[in-house]
Amino acid sequence: MKTLYMAGLALLGLATTAAAESAISVADARAFETAPTAMAGGGFLAITNTGTSDDTLVAVLADFPRVELHTTEFENDVARMIHLDAIPIPAGETVALEPGGMHVMFMGLQGNPLTEGETINATLVFEQAGDVPVTFEIVKRDMAGHGHSHNH
Amino acid sequence: MKAVIIGSSIMAVAVGLGVYTWQTTNAAADPCGNTTVAGAAIGGPFELVSETGETVTDRNVITKPTLVYFGYTFCPDVCPIDTMRNAIAADILAEQGVDIGTVFISVDPERDTPEVVGHFTDNFHDEMIGLTGSPEQVRAASQAYKTYYRAVEGDPEFYLVDHSTQTYLMFPETGFATFFRRDTPAEQVAEITACFAGRAA
Repeated sequence: MKTLYMAGLALLGLATTAAAESAISVADARAFETAPTAMAGGGFLAITNTGTSDDTLVAVLADFPRVELHTTEFENDVARMIHLDAIPIPAGETVALEPGGMHVMFMGLQGNPLTEGETINATLVFEQAGDVPVTFEIVKRDMAGHGHSHNH
Repeated sequence: MKAVIIGSSIMAVAVGLGVYTWQTTNAAADPCGNTTVAGAAIGGPFELVSETGETVTDRNVITKPTLVYFGYTFCPDVCPIDTMRNAIAADILAEQGVDIGTVFISVDPERDTPEVVGHFTDNFHDEMIGLTGSPEQVRAASQAYKTYYRAVEGDPEFYLVDHSTQTYLMFPETGFATFFRRDTPAEQVAEITACFAGRAA
């Protein structure tokens, strides 16, 4: 009886996890390489909520002294980087963290710069979907990352 | 709008707005598609510290038409984008035989050592000059260029810095020529810079 009960719980747990995880998908996760003595680097990705209920990205976990969600606001040519506590991911929508806007900030790189060709393993933590693993590919910075290029 | 008052965000904004309005309303009248700002003393003497730790002045640094940007290396997104744009503009001009310089001046002297700004600028362009200095030197240079910056208080290690994002086109003898907002594409920066450089030659 006890065994059955445990198995039932485990099944329930699995089912819940599976259903929740299927609601969030990520794409194009990348970070730009940094200088050898860089102290911070930015991560970018697109998050799609394929589910029917709204979700919220509340944290990103990775092996750095500090990882935060940021956005930049501009007011008359002054840039202010703002720390975000959460990023809403509405049902059925894709939210892109792109250069010039929102980004994941990996802080405290001291001595361990982001190197082209390497990857950053991280976990996105969602209010509903829970933990979603993601791998950021570290790429060279080029004008494709220039959000204000006239090609856009 | 006298662009001589500095020191607060409101003033920085007012200066920026004044310059921008003037530029917009007079752009059509200038063959370079842009123009100098009458009476606005942007630029001038500064004393900062080079990537190799030497004290340098504006005379050592601005020896040819030069794009000057103020930022900080901890900034993972805006500063690299703007710095990359300036580096690409320099490359476009080099292909056309126009030799210009690019300068990145840190507004985060606490964290940006000469070595750090050196590595940061090398990442974008071999010849980009990275400058930092004492808090007083950086403050003085920023004030000379009418830029705004303010470290956000609260975190001793991972603090952020609000800062102006315009890039200045400076000449060795005549000083300030024009400025570029961050949404100006590299091609346009190159085109306008070439026009001013041709006029100065």
